[in-house]
Amino acid sequence: LVFTEEDKFGLYSNLLFKYFLAEGIVCGHDLFVASAKEHPDNILKELPAPLLDDTYRKELGDEAAVVNSEDCQDSMKIAWRYQNLPKMETSPTTYTKFGHYYDLSKKMPAELCQSVKWHSFYLHEELSSEPKMKAWNMNSGYARLLQSIQRIISQEGFDGSDPQKKQRNVLRIGIQSLGSVLWGDDVCCSDPPADPHSLTKFLYVLRGLLRKSLSACILTVPSHLIQNKAIMERVTNLSDMVVGLESFIGSERETNPLYKDYHGLVHVHQIPRLNSLICDVSDTKDLAFRLKRKLFTIERLHLPPDLSDTVSRASKQDLAGSAKPLSSGCGATGTQHLDF
Amino acid sequence: MFAELNELLGASPERPDAGVNLAAAREQGQLVFLEGLKSCLDLLFGEEEQPGQPNPLQFLRGSSAELRALFEFVRASLAPCAQRDWKGPVLLLDDLSLLLSLGAAPVPVLDFIHYCRVSVCCQLQGNVVVLVHSSEDSEDEENELLVNSLCHHSDLILWAEGLATGFCKDVHGQIKIIKRLSLRQAAEQDQVQIYQYKIQDRNVTFFARGLSAAVL
Repeated sequence: LVFTEEDKFGLYSNLLFKYFLAEGIVCGHDLFVASAKEHPDNILKELPAPLLDDTYRKELGDEAAVVNSEDCQDSMKIAWRYQNLPKMETSPTTYTKFGHYYDLSKKMPAELCQSVKWHSFYLHEELSSEPKMKAWNMNSGYARLLQSIQRIISQEGFDGSDPQKKQRNVLRIGIQSLGSVLWGDDVCCSDPPADPHSLTKFLYVLRGLLRKSLSACILTVPSHLIQNKAIMERVTNLSDMVVGLESFIGSERETNPLYKDYHGLVHVHQIPRLNSLICDVSDTKDLAFRLKRKLFTIERLHLPPDLSDTVSRASKQDLAGSAKPLSSGCGATGTQHLDF
Repeated sequence: MFAELNELLGASPERPDAGVNLAAAREQGQLVFLEGLKSCLDLLFGEEEQPGQPNPLQFLRGSSAELRALFEFVRASLAPCAQRDWKGPVLLLDDLSLLLSLGAAPVPVLDFIHYCRVSVCCQLQGNVVVLVHSSEDSEDEENELLVNSLCHHSDLILWAEGLATGFCKDVHGQIKIIKRLSLRQAAEQDQVQIYQYKIQDRNVTFFARGLSAAVL
């Protein structure tokens, strides 16, 4: 269960959401898309087109070639101790190709979309139909969504209930902007909310459904609107993976020269530990993302070397102060001076 | 992992070993496992329940926040203990903070724990092991109330937290073992021991502070 905290305007989290669904189509998984904001049909029309292998390598290859030709042969003279450290890769270009890549400037072709079975849940359509719910102690929008998901899981055999079915497939569930006012939940606008347990109960039951079937789910939640921090803590404990996107639009970080190459930061709050005590923890905790014309990439936050002599010490400390929440990896040359 | 944990806890003839072979216990009928997620799904999506067997997680559906059904389940599961003369039953609760997320209020949860303690510790001479989540700057008041109350009444507290200095690849965190001797005897001080640990895929290694394998 991947819980994504939306960035302030929802731009980038929407991209991640679309990537998840597009990957599902390319892999041939079934999709279930739920939203209270946009009709799922429209969401599916806006998915990015997959990049064929050679086009992608060419895109990245151009950039990488420029970088490599400049500096790979110079041996270091002063910082010679660092010569032996592996070169810091900002993005995984050469090794492991996991999943597929997409071109944001093109839409996914309709035939490809039609090639998989997909189910949709648009809250406003569902609410107008007959209610046939038992008495649950939960927000009705969430309850209907859970019933819908459970129905698809058991009808399509994702929970192994149909032994006849030879081809077992995976169900990818995407739920957009859960918790927002459009779902009938006031957790985003009141503190304390009228029913503080609806969202947490929903997550618990959803996780139960996911564990019992071959499915994976991504949620996006406008958590920046949730004032009640206790709920956010509980929600983190109820999810397998929690990722937050912080975009620089409209914040003071937009003009901070440290971040000039990036559009935002990625905060990984929790990683899944399914069926084992620990998961593979990556070396670096600082990730940033950027949206190029065709690609959305997530990279290790890499501070460029501080080469200017004219910047005064006081302003350097300001920059370093705003970067303090980040812990710099060993490959980044920070903006701190060594005092002797 | 349990071998090391046993040493840390000072296993003695009075206090049974912490590690138990769960697979063997299940076969003998000694292990009763209430899988919360599954019960919850049965409750919400299943057919009408049989009158003799109420679902332990009934409080999810009803408006009453009482955890009586859950306690009845616990008591019924432990009933064979007295009959078959099994020593030292252990009730493991993973995790109590979840009950708050599911709509139970702190006081009913504390009542539930109280009933469990009376039934398991006093009547059956067993142990209750409870897991809760917490953090230093937590704003979840209900949860903190639960945690403080549990700490107050516990004989032994295992407090796992990350390192104060931040993330480290070789030392994942530290664990404080607090033996509440002050509960037994008024003049005694609580004994606190601190160890650090590293988690592997199926195992956890413990070591004294500053003596991780990466450093030695």
